[in-house]
Amino acid sequence: MVTLVHPNLEDTDAKMSARNVSIYYGDKKAIDDVSINIPTKYVTAFIGPSGCGKSTFLRALNRMNDTIASARVEGEITLDGEDIYRSAMDVVQLRARVGMVFQKPNPFPKSIYENVAYGPRIHGLAEDKGALDGIVETSLRRAGLWEEVKDRLADSGTALSGGQQQRLCIARAIAVDPEVILMDEPCSALDPIATAKIEELIDELSGRYAIVIVTHSMQQAARVSQRTAFFHLGKMVEYGRTTDIFTNPLEERTKDYITGRYG
Amino acid sequence: MTEHTVKAFDEDITRLRGLIAEMGGLAEVALQEAMDALVKGDDELAEKVIRGDRKIDALESEVDKLAVRIIALRAPMADDLREVIAALKIAGVVERIGDYSKNIAKASRVIGERKQFEPLTLLPAMADVAGEMVHDVLTAYAARDPVLAREVIATDEKVDAFYNSIFRNVVTHMVENPASISAGAQLLFVARNIERIGDHSTNVAEMVHFAATGTYPADEDA
Amino acid sequence: MSEPVAPLRAPTRTPAFEARLKKRYAAERRFRLAGLSAIVFSVAVLAFLLATMGLNGIGGFQRAELAVPIDFAESGLAGDESTLAGPTGVSALEAQGLPDVVAFYAGQALGEQAASELSPNAWREVAEAVVADPSLLRQQATFHLPASSDLASALRGEGSAEQIALASELERAGKLERNFDGGFLARSDATDPQQVGIWGALKGSMLTMLVTLALAFPIGVMAALYLEEYATRNRWTDLIEVSINNLAAVPSIIFGLLGLAVFLWIFPTYRSAPLIGGLTLALMTMPVIVISGRNAIKAVPPSIRDGALAIGASPVQVVFHHVLPLALPGILTGTIIGMARALGETAPLLMIGMRAFIATPPDGFTSPATVLPVQIFLWSDEVNQGFVERTSAAIIVLLVFLLLMNGLAIYLRNRFEKKW
Repeated sequence: MVTLVHPNLEDTDAKMSARNVSIYYGDKKAIDDVSINIPTKYVTAFIGPSGCGKSTFLRALNRMNDTIASARVEGEITLDGEDIYRSAMDVVQLRARVGMVFQKPNPFPKSIYENVAYGPRIHGLAEDKGALDGIVETSLRRAGLWEEVKDRLADSGTALSGGQQQRLCIARAIAVDPEVILMDEPCSALDPIATAKIEELIDELSGRYAIVIVTHSMQQAARVSQRTAFFHLGKMVEYGRTTDIFTNPLEERTKDYITGRYG
Repeated sequence: MTEHTVKAFDEDITRLRGLIAEMGGLAEVALQEAMDALVKGDDELAEKVIRGDRKIDALESEVDKLAVRIIALRAPMADDLREVIAALKIAGVVERIGDYSKNIAKASRVIGERKQFEPLTLLPAMADVAGEMVHDVLTAYAARDPVLAREVIATDEKVDAFYNSIFRNVVTHMVENPASISAGAQLLFVARNIERIGDHSTNVAEMVHFAATGTYPADEDA
Repeated sequence: MSEPVAPLRAPTRTPAFEARLKKRYAAERRFRLAGLSAIVFSVAVLAFLLATMGLNGIGGFQRAELAVPIDFAESGLAGDESTLAGPTGVSALEAQGLPDVVAFYAGQALGEQAASELSPNAWREVAEAVVADPSLLRQQATFHLPASSDLASALRGEGSAEQIALASELERAGKLERNFDGGFLARSDATDPQQVGIWGALKGSMLTMLVTLALAFPIGVMAALYLEEYATRNRWTDLIEVSINNLAAVPSIIFGLLGLAVFLWIFPTYRSAPLIGGLTLALMTMPVIVISGRNAIKAVPPSIRDGALAIGASPVQVVFHHVLPLALPGILTGTIIGMARALGETAPLLMIGMRAFIATPPDGFTSPATVLPVQIFLWSDEVNQGFVERTSAAIIVLLVFLLLMNGLAIYLRNRFEKKW
């Protein structure tokens, strides 16, 4: 089916793009023929009711679906023009360029320093300890966590509060210098103040990375994103500028969902 | 249209529209009665109109409160949002229409001799057209009908034409009969008020169009 | 303030409700009592076991000894560091007639009858002392030498009336005592309960455990990792899982048969060696490690794996940097449980022949040896009454060894345990 793509979208650079992507779990079709451009330096939000496939599609962007044995991806997903499934792209390299933050904060049970330093270390991004320290500090600063933890980098990452843990996970993702950051409902386990801090952080980060956020809170999508895509039963129904989608959606299903007439 | 999953949201919107409809009805009646009072010289009726304006003001204040409450509590999106914003603005405009009718009633008390004024026959006709505009625009609001709204906007031409002709008429009359200048001035004000009512109805029509479609009708020369 | 609030009405407590409530509380009390009784019973049984072992075994750490003062300078024995060094030192002294010297002084100090009740190999202890410190040859020293097993039994009140009388007389004179026998932990098997020691079996057990650990741990952990992390779920892996679970339940004597048939066929010359024993026990311990390893690995939350994969860790890095450290406490616990079970196994080792009489501790993995439980079994079969106490003492040594192993397990587990 054809996605209703709003007019008035300026030609932005597409960091990643999907063409006719369908995703199957065994015989069940979870995503049906979705095509979308993910522009760089913008935040793109995926919204939709439970089970509509938005998380599945998100995970396809960094090949996390590979961990599920029955998952199968058809179509083309490219990063800077390179097909991430079929070409010679190494999946480990891909995941360093396309990072992910999960719904429930999952810091490693190591120290705060180690959490952030692990990625750069295994990818060989730092020549020596001093450079590694620098990367850790920069990442924690960019995640807005440095001031709170700079005196206790040796403490366990799991001893932080929920909001701090999530920012630690963001710092961890940033530390490997990605180009795209995928966020799967990053605030759903957090209280309103922590949520607000993360949203502010997303705002700041969007100038540097392409960010894709899956959220079931429409208010959040409205607050943080510049582009919004509405998913419904595995199809992408509508895609356009966030302002347009939320003040004047063109598709009946989109309108029903965002005004709370769904179900 | 499907109902909201949260029923109370639907009830709020229904109540909001009800308040607007009530205000609109009162404003329509106020205009009619004010014109009646003017033509017949019925001071009692004029008093009634002037007192009745308080009710319209009170309703506007209620609409304000309800709209703010809906925005705060329901976080309306898309057409719900446009609906609430439109209701807010329409209430303000209808309240002003009520004020103009009140002014017409006030003027009717002051005008003395009526019989000799030929323009006095034109005014009711103009008021009828304006009154129809108000009525139609409220109908368009109730039906969320952008087409009817556009027609209302087109009708404003006629009211403007009426105004121009009445203006010339009264001025000519005042020049010829200097004794009638004060009364004539009052009539000019009445005509002005009715013309303003027509303009305001156009504003309401634009709001109705925006609430229904998300866009404003193309600007037309007033 | 506001008007007075109407008093809250208490919920209705009908008599039926009260009766039900009483019953419920009574049931709770009964359950708690039952639990408490179970614990008290278990603790009582354990206490009884330990008390019995302790009482029986304490005697095993003692030895009836006769005090024999020897004047070496007078004896005419010669030797110094150079002549008495090495394994030939004892035989050199023997050649010089040390046994007779000892017998002479014993007769002098204790009387002929008592001197004949000296343990036949008592002179060896004197010889070893001299070899260790040749300067003794210019001095006098008193040695506490083991009495014969007959006299030792007589001291305990068993044996002929004559011997019992002799024993009590010597004891009164202060020449016969029961002393703490430190040598029990240093000597090996012997025919004479007075001269028997546990070190040979202990070393044999240690060597066997080393072989078992060296084989079962890596293979078990690798198998667990592969099955949990890499293997796809299909019929074959299900079959493997069922097989391993069953293997863990197989009676240990079957493994003995396997060891007999296979390992001794491959290495026929190494009968009774810790190598073969270790191989057999490794087969037995591996399924336990695989099962506990799999459970420990399963318990690692998938969110940790996802987090590691998402920053570009390869599957091997995920396993070794994240999964294994978190699963290690569980794996270690399972390993030690398996090892403790292997330590106490007798049947399979009997089958492969580690039941011989080994008088010297094993030199290495391929020399004949025995293990603690087998040693206990063999001693318990002995006719000589003196072995009863020694058997209990050996059981205490085994229990202490087990306790140490478990203690090590708990220490390691606590050290590696990370909270997530």
